[in-house]
Amino acid sequence: MRVTRRYRFAASHRLNSPTFSADENRALYGKCSNPYGHGHDYILDVMAEGPVDNASGQAIHIPTLDRLVREQVLNDFDHRYMNADLPEFQSLVPTSENIMRVIEDRLAARWPEAFPGSWPRLKGIRLRETKRNVFELRS
Amino acid sequence: MLITRRADFSASHICAQPVLTPEQNAALYGPASNPSGHGHNYVLEVTLEGDPDPVTGMVFDLKKLKDLIQQTVIDPMDHRFLNYEVPPFDKIVPTTENVAAEIWRRLEPHFASGPARSNNVRLHNVRLYETDDLYVDYAGADAEVRG
Repeated sequence: MRVTRRYRFAASHRLNSPTFSADENRALYGKCSNPYGHGHDYILDVMAEGPVDNASGQAIHIPTLDRLVREQVLNDFDHRYMNADLPEFQSLVPTSENIMRVIEDRLAARWPEAFPGSWPRLKGIRLRETKRNVFELRS
Repeated sequence: MLITRRADFSASHICAQPVLTPEQNAALYGPASNPSGHGHNYVLEVTLEGDPDPVTGMVFDLKKLKDLIQQTVIDPMDHRFLNYEVPPFDKIVPTTENVAAEIWRRLEPHFASGPARSNNVRLHNVRLYETDDLYVDYAGADAEVRG
């Protein structure tokens, strides 16, 4: 059984790589490289998979997942400027692709503690930056 | 090719196990274990897999699928209290997972691998939204991971 739970956070970012010149950043990232950053209402879908426990009828304990996502992701990301406020993005451009990798790493780091045993497993995450830009990572 | 039909129904339920104390049920299910129950607007997405018929150009008649969903799922479950009115939820907890699996069991016999089949269309997936922020996907017992 696959369970998908949706979360939301509002955060700002700037896409600008020190590897490139100002003109190259402008050509690569367009308005996303404007100097003071900009923000989005991100929608984060966390996908988990596991067998349904016969007694509880559940494949995953949702309050435990909510706590894990809140502590590992939302508390640090929500209403923050990712480039300035998150250690990962001191050396990494906060594109949606990289944000997903960071979120996956943060969830994976404490997943075994939250969910001891073989199941449920993290199956992937989906990040909606805007209505038209949706990214998905399969774990 | 995959085709998906959406339907919705409203129902109430309690998530609690009779063998557990109220405190244990609250720890497991949260407010969903409140003894008088509560309700949701469930949204169901039924996905079929098959090749379009060369004559009709259709994988499956979506009107037939709509009627099948209506008869097997919506009519029995809509505006009902699942625990009290819709078997097997008198015996098993009507979590989103169990409701999705029950919907699969009701639909699957009508498709390719089932006894009442009249087509080469396969039931591919049942997605059940309990809220905008929580849904489950079930693709049959054969696709399930083992505990």
